[in-house]
Amino acid sequence: MSPRLVPAEDDPIGRRRAAPLRITVDGEPLTGVAGQTIAGVLLAAGRRAWRRGPSGAPRGVFCGIGVCFDCVVTVNGERDVRACRRRARDGDVVATQSREAGR
Amino acid sequence: MSADARRHVVVVGAGPAGLAAASAALRAGARVTLLDAAERPGGQYHRTPPEEFAAAHPERLHRGWRTFDRVRRHVLTHPRCAWWPESAVWALERPDPGEERPPRVHVVRGPADGAGRRRHVLDPDALVLAPGAHDRVLPFPGWDLPGVYTAGAAQALAKGERLVVGDQVVIAGSGPFLLPVAESLLEAGSRVVEVLEANPAGTVLRGWGRRPWELASYTGKLAELAEYAALLARHRVPYRCGRAVVEARGDGRVEEVVTARLRPDWSVVPGSERTVPVDAVCVSHGFTPQLELPVAAGCALRRPDPASPAEAFVEVDGDQRTTSPGVYAAGEITGIAGAPAARTEGLIAGWAAGGGAPDAPELVPLRRRRDRDRAFAERLAAAHPVGAAWHGWLRPDTVVCRCEGTAYGALRRAAGEPAGSSARAVKLTTRAGLGPCQARVCGPTVARLLAAGGTPEAAAAEGLPSATPHHRPLAQPVRLGELARRPHTEQEREH
Amino acid sequence: MRGPRVAVLGAGIVGAACARELARAGLPVTVLERGGPAAATTAHGEGNVLVSDKGPGPELALARLSLALWPRILDEIAERRPETARAVEWDPKGGIVVAATDEGARELERFAAGQRAAGVTAEPLDASGLADAEPHLTRDVAAAVHYPQDAQVQPAAAAAALLADALDAGAELRTRCEVLGPVTRSGRLAAVRTSQGTVEADAFVNAAGPWSGGLAARLGAPVDVRPRRGEVLVTAPLPPTVFHKVYDADYVGAVGSDAEDLRASAVVEATRAGTVLIGSSRRRVGFDDRLRPEVLSVIAAKALRLFPCLDGVPVMRAYGGFRPYVPDHLPIIGPDPRLPGLWHATGHEGAGIGLAPGTARLLADLLLGRTPPLDPAPFRADRPAALGDPSPTGGAA
Repeated sequence: MSPRLVPAEDDPIGRRRAAPLRITVDGEPLTGVAGQTIAGVLLAAGRRAWRRGPSGAPRGVFCGIGVCFDCVVTVNGERDVRACRRRARDGDVVATQSREAGR
Repeated sequence: MSADARRHVVVVGAGPAGLAAASAALRAGARVTLLDAAERPGGQYHRTPPEEFAAAHPERLHRGWRTFDRVRRHVLTHPRCAWWPESAVWALERPDPGEERPPRVHVVRGPADGAGRRRHVLDPDALVLAPGAHDRVLPFPGWDLPGVYTAGAAQALAKGERLVVGDQVVIAGSGPFLLPVAESLLEAGSRVVEVLEANPAGTVLRGWGRRPWELASYTGKLAELAEYAALLARHRVPYRCGRAVVEARGDGRVEEVVTARLRPDWSVVPGSERTVPVDAVCVSHGFTPQLELPVAAGCALRRPDPASPAEAFVEVDGDQRTTSPGVYAAGEITGIAGAPAARTEGLIAGWAAGGGAPDAPELVPLRRRRDRDRAFAERLAAAHPVGAAWHGWLRPDTVVCRCEGTAYGALRRAAGEPAGSSARAVKLTTRAGLGPCQARVCGPTVARLLAAGGTPEAAAAEGLPSATPHHRPLAQPVRLGELARRPHTEQEREH
Repeated sequence: MRGPRVAVLGAGIVGAACARELARAGLPVTVLERGGPAAATTAHGEGNVLVSDKGPGPELALARLSLALWPRILDEIAERRPETARAVEWDPKGGIVVAATDEGARELERFAAGQRAAGVTAEPLDASGLADAEPHLTRDVAAAVHYPQDAQVQPAAAAAALLADALDAGAELRTRCEVLGPVTRSGRLAAVRTSQGTVEADAFVNAAGPWSGGLAARLGAPVDVRPRRGEVLVTAPLPPTVFHKVYDADYVGAVGSDAEDLRASAVVEATRAGTVLIGSSRRRVGFDDRLRPEVLSVIAAKALRLFPCLDGVPVMRAYGGFRPYVPDHLPIIGPDPRLPGLWHATGHEGAGIGLAPGTARLLADLLLGRTPPLDPAPFRADRPAALGDPSPTGGAA
């Protein structure tokens, strides 16, 4: 199984079903809910990795709190945004990044 | 001109320590600016779901919620407090030598890593640093596979976004923090296969049990431990001591981990390996304090263990004063002791920073509590040390620096070359620690590996600070355009 | 091994180059280093091997000699240690100097003409040539000159390679060995007292970079080498954006200036790792290593004038270092006539990486009584500027 959201109806914190939002990642539409970070939307959509390191190794979320910079993406043209710290907004255009040579 | 002639205290970090410091500084009569990079106060410990989730019962995920909520309200609604969320301190500018004032605080405000954030400069009368700590994760083969998370990441995602990282999870490393992480995952409905404490039971019990007559004062903490034990038992989650994840394997993501029994020095017991199928693994080998700001402020550090010089904390006096004029420190940067200790330190630091009377009677019990918490931190460190032989599970091709892909073998080769053996030269030639995280993750590990291999850190000289892995004059990335634009000064803001 | 015993004081790029040259010539060499090798000024530079910023004169002659020596030395090292030589990342990427104003353009063209007369390749670029060479550079440029000879190395790796080659040739390295004072015999420097005991030698080479003024004073023969602060910004790794070392023509003026206060000019170049290095500033502030955000601001603004597309690029690190500065902007290379036994190889300001091989050759030739390939007189240790004499003629005031 992949990472997933705790269903709102089962959540002991008494969550309201939040408004849906849509972002695109490399052109592909993904659905999330308002309040999620971009990393949260990606993980909940079943994406565990979205960046490549210098050797081509896949990278996704590691520290989850903005320390490791593994998860950086380009958001609406801004490079190197930590996906775990940036709140997703409806309509965000996300592009993945790679450190591989020549890319 | 500033209309308010009151003492101005800037508090960096709105976790348990920073919130407490802000509240005490307000009580002392000061004007406070409280800054945090996050959108909401609470820090990592009291990470709350976003407002959009409209949680009716956020307290169900938190210990100490009532205190947190009370302090949060006091601070955020206080007329003398300015709350600056989404504010990153990127530089501290020290005054001229001999000038007895704290450094100037350079801030960018706006969405995380946004390109159009506004620059601000604050000139406080006192500065309280409470930036907290993050997980320390020692490398092991496969630790850079997707699906390997820090324990803090699993907790942050569960508390902050209601997202579980997997349904077949091993939690491993060392320290009591593994337990609340297990709790978070279980609460969110994921299956925790086992919790692995790398230190053998003997080390853990000796550490916790030393000076047993003092234990009576930790009833709260012991009760918390008992709750975790009951929770693990209820969910039939084994808690194993002296065992660690020594490898993660999988094709493009983690599919299984290899665990092994460890000796007290963390050397692997041959033949004790077991393979466990997982879809996520959460690791933490303790905490690394975020020291870039205290280092930039010129605060002296203390190194409790001479054998691992990279492990350092901010040196403070009885009032949480650092060696740098007007700069106070509270929370995990003075020693890893947990949220209640951080809160106490914050109260003492904020009171002193705000100009509160040094002989105020309420300080007496606070100081006593702080000293007890410090003793608790020592107990914790003794119960959950990092074994000197941990690197035995590394292979030459194991990545040590995740950013630049520097492998253990390359690091060893560079350090073994006398002509390039200074810590700085090793870093520059292998690029370990030179990537986007700026050695936040691998810095202490590299320093530890180099020290173990006999490479000394460069001696400090005039104009040449010692090569500590915490030296990051740019404390957060700033975009070139943001840097080029003129900052807003405090005076402009108040007009 | 025979010949005079040499102690090289300092294991930065210049000390490493000298140790290599002398050890390869068969002399017994000991390198004494206060900290670790290549950890100070060498580790804080961009790795410039430049001719473009030097007008005709002795420094250009030394730069041209060094430029010829660098690839040869790396080839020699590569025969013995291919991995070590590769790590140096020798990159003859070329430099491009641009002028923004018509006046600056005339000045740049005059400067380049003088360089050409002195043997430097300096090719004027028209607008389309410039756009081909640097597609992301501003189009708002009055003139541009391409210097194909400019190169870059990874400086710490370069020093490590030179030093490793010296050690292979029999040199000895002592780290964490601080020189405390002199031992003189009949007016000659016969030994130095160090934190690890007394070290005897026939010649001592002061290669302590910005600290060599203090070291020389401690040994009893002060030279006027002072620290000059510089700051560099490092961006996060980017896809290829900057292809040469690109700088504005003000840089030459800033290098040659004597101003105490801030002189900044845009110097922009990429590294193999994909980061972009952005400099540079020159300030005389002693050994004050405090970060100055307003200096970083000025550097950033100047760099953006050249490369507006870098506006949104994150700067992940800023670092500062100290250049060894001599008031007449020339290094000090050769014997110190005031104290026989003491030699200097220092004062290269921001050009030490580029000038190290030529400096080492000159020093070794003088030490061994060989004829040097260029006139050593301008670099003399007893010239007025090197002795800290404030009067322009050097006469007694």
